[in-house]
Amino acid sequence: MAPADDRWLDHEAGPVVRPYALTGGRTRPSGEESFDLMAMVTAVRGALGSTYDLEPEHLTLLRLCRLPASVADLASDMDLPLGVVRILLSDMRDRGLVRVYHPVPTRLTDPQLLREVADGLRRLLSR
Amino acid sequence: MGYAGSYPGSRTETVPIAIKILVAGGFGAGKTTLVGALTEIRPLRTEEDLSGPGMQVDITEGVERKTTTTVAMDFGRITIREDLVVYLFGTPGQQRFWFMWDELALGALGAVVLADTRRLADCFPSVDYFERRGTPFIVAVNCFDGARRFDPEIVRSALSLNLDVPVVLCDARQRSSCRDVLVTLVEHAIRLLAFGPDPVSSAR
Repeated sequence: MAPADDRWLDHEAGPVVRPYALTGGRTRPSGEESFDLMAMVTAVRGALGSTYDLEPEHLTLLRLCRLPASVADLASDMDLPLGVVRILLSDMRDRGLVRVYHPVPTRLTDPQLLREVADGLRRLLSR
Repeated sequence: MGYAGSYPGSRTETVPIAIKILVAGGFGAGKTTLVGALTEIRPLRTEEDLSGPGMQVDITEGVERKTTTTVAMDFGRITIREDLVVYLFGTPGQQRFWFMWDELALGALGAVVLADTRRLADCFPSVDYFERRGTPFIVAVNCFDGARRFDPEIVRSALSLNLDVPVVLCDARQRSSCRDVLVTLVEHAIRLLAFGPDPVSSAR
């Protein structure tokens, strides 16, 4: 089996390859902890001041998460595949530039919260 | 769970609670139409075999033989409050996309399975999947123009659904109709919290 980094460079490589050039060919984020689709990412204070060696995509991501943004939002806004965005985010997490808030599963067992969701949907979508 | 603003001068922010709802169903059942009726659709791309925390080593065994494709999902966001956001994911229903489903279903509030009565069998895989996973789901029968209107109970029995699974008729082009579908799902999830799934009411 070809090493992971070379796997995408053969003649059958498709359109996903170009985005992975942004990650230096890496196909997995660093670290144990994965980025849930619904994890909220936020740039830490002053992050944009220490970014002289970052790629433009990192910088765009940092700007996009000035306010908390979900991993899915970021991938959609960047128009990059989720896997690529996760790798870029892991770079920035490793450097302490972003903070990651993982979803709390127990929230879905809170009937009060779910009632707020139902009421909110009813109210918002009736306009 | 407030925390200090990320930028000098920004006020204290709240990290929003994100609620995930899936919209599943067969090809052409109206997933894109439903998401689009509720909110602006944004494309979200993922890649076959490369994404997902649940990816196991054995799944990567076939990567070399596969073409590398990206899969687009219909992605939408409904901001209920500054600190409460509902995300919709329209997911391809074919089994070859199941690699995405495990991640999507993880921590989801629930799923809407859109059914097209002309091709009811197309939603079998989605129904099976959510049943097995224990994900709260409802079936919304999309009443296309010219499609025969079905009695929801006939759909229930054709899909062998448990009696506690709501089956509703909808028009995926109508916002109010799609809203009612989502609200039905959320209320179903609340009911399951209170009473749990009904173990004996299977229509099978």
